[in-house]
Amino acid sequence: MPPIIQGVLNTSISEGLVYAFVTIGVFLTFRVLAFPDLTVDGSFVVGGSIVALMIHVGGYNPFLATIAAFMGGLAAGSITGLLNTKLRLPALLAGILMMVGLYSVNLLIMGRPNTPMLRDITIFDSVASWFGMERSTLLVIIVFAVIAFIVFMVLNWFLRTEIGLTLRATGDNEQMVRSLGVDTDKNILLGCSISNGLVALSGALVAQNQQFCDVNMGVGMIVMGLAAVIIGEALVHPRGVASMLLAAFAGTFLYRLFITIALRLGLAPGNLKLITALLVIIALAIPYIQKKLRHEWMPPAVRW
Amino acid sequence: MGEKKSLLQLKGITKIFSRGTVDEVKALDNINLDVNAEDYITIIGSNGAGKTTMLNVVAGVFPPERGGKIIVNGKDITGLSEYKHAAYVGRVYQDPNIGTAAKMNIEENLAMAVLRGQSRGLRAASNKQCRELFHSALAPLGLGLEDRLNAFVGTLSSGQRQAVALVMATISKPALLLLDEHIANLDPRTAQVVLELTEMIVKKEKITTLMVTHNMELALKYGNRLIMMHEGRIVVDLNQEQRTGLTINDLITAFEQASGRRFIEDKILLRR
Repeated sequence: MPPIIQGVLNTSISEGLVYAFVTIGVFLTFRVLAFPDLTVDGSFVVGGSIVALMIHVGGYNPFLATIAAFMGGLAAGSITGLLNTKLRLPALLAGILMMVGLYSVNLLIMGRPNTPMLRDITIFDSVASWFGMERSTLLVIIVFAVIAFIVFMVLNWFLRTEIGLTLRATGDNEQMVRSLGVDTDKNILLGCSISNGLVALSGALVAQNQQFCDVNMGVGMIVMGLAAVIIGEALVHPRGVASMLLAAFAGTFLYRLFITIALRLGLAPGNLKLITALLVIIALAIPYIQKKLRHEWMPPAVRW
Repeated sequence: MGEKKSLLQLKGITKIFSRGTVDEVKALDNINLDVNAEDYITIIGSNGAGKTTMLNVVAGVFPPERGGKIIVNGKDITGLSEYKHAAYVGRVYQDPNIGTAAKMNIEENLAMAVLRGQSRGLRAASNKQCRELFHSALAPLGLGLEDRLNAFVGTLSSGQRQAVALVMATISKPALLLLDEHIANLDPRTAQVVLELTEMIVKKEKITTLMVTHNMELALKYGNRLIMMHEGRIVVDLNQEQRTGLTINDLITAFEQASGRRFIEDKILLRR
């Protein structure tokens, strides 16, 4: 294989795996819970800033730091859930408020806008030292793949449990779930938490991989997640739990592949977010335009 | 009397909506109702009579005004949230879409319903034993749904969905079954099928049932007791003996006497 293709593939596979947690998080809120949660842009950096603080400043074990980052995301998500269920803020607004508020929280956690981790021991360095290897692209991919496999297995099991089933049904038909004796507020809280926990896990791994954390690195993460969800759905047409999760991985990989190729072809990195935004707009508008052309009825646009 | 056990008691239930505004409505006005175990009560009344509001109060969608009491099996459940009422109350709505989750399959829907009122944990939601139970619950419907446990509920017809909703409401054998015009949205033939299924399940499981309907013929044909509501009050309450041999015209007369109104005003709202 020519090295250029090898390089593109390596980048898209590793990024596809690590950003898949963002996609799964977005998928859990937007699709499963029908809760458009924009906390993501903030909670992604929560993960990054917690590992930056713990590894760079505190010198903690990188695995411990990664778990703490996941828990930080859980906490952020549960606050979004509480704003919606207990204070009755609209989901969109609750997410926006959290996203904005978390920007300051992340600055407070790191104490500065950017933390380099070049000389710090990340989970990749730890794993490399276990096997007496050098840190390499392949090693990063393997670490990501192992974590992705664990996340996949846990979610694939959880979404089929008694609680998991009612979680999925909450976004589908909340009234029915309540009439079956389930506190749907708790489900929304749980779903938002898990979603943002996964997003923060992604942020923690990305920061360790790129060896720095920047307070702005979460900007546009929600749109990237949505784009990957949409691509995955178009590709896999998921029906069951496993295929929904696989769609998230496939969608993220394909999205990263497009991006990597576009960048190699000379796309200015600054244009990336515009392209992603356009991609999501087109994907969301297509069904409407198709129906319009077929003169089918469409519900009015949602405005909250 | 005394030989029959009281299953549901409503004591002094009043419900006022938009209190203190020009839109204030007294939807329920001091309702007192004693439902015996295994009663099958049909409830009729014109629009705005308070039928659905009464079911909503029993289901815990909103609490009654202060002083009202809801007692199920001797237990005061007034003021508990809806999901806690659900332990005692199965409900089928007018809209088949409300009773089932469209994006999940029949097996998953039933697996959620079978745990009504129980604590849910991290056990697998369904297993072989569950599937056998679902199979035996669906088979008597005669719709072939027992062999389509993997079918997504969204792909079923409204009649089939309502049949699934009915099984979901009753599979955990709740103390009470509330039917809120559950056949009103179905075509006549499907409505008949769902009605017969209801009759079958209620008889078999001996579930105490409240059925709201606009159809006076059905109200007379089914159940063992008939209640007529008007302006938030129960104006007619007939037991099995009293309603035997009654015709729709007798019901209209009873309604006119009790409400002090000519039936003609409500004719368009109550179907013959």
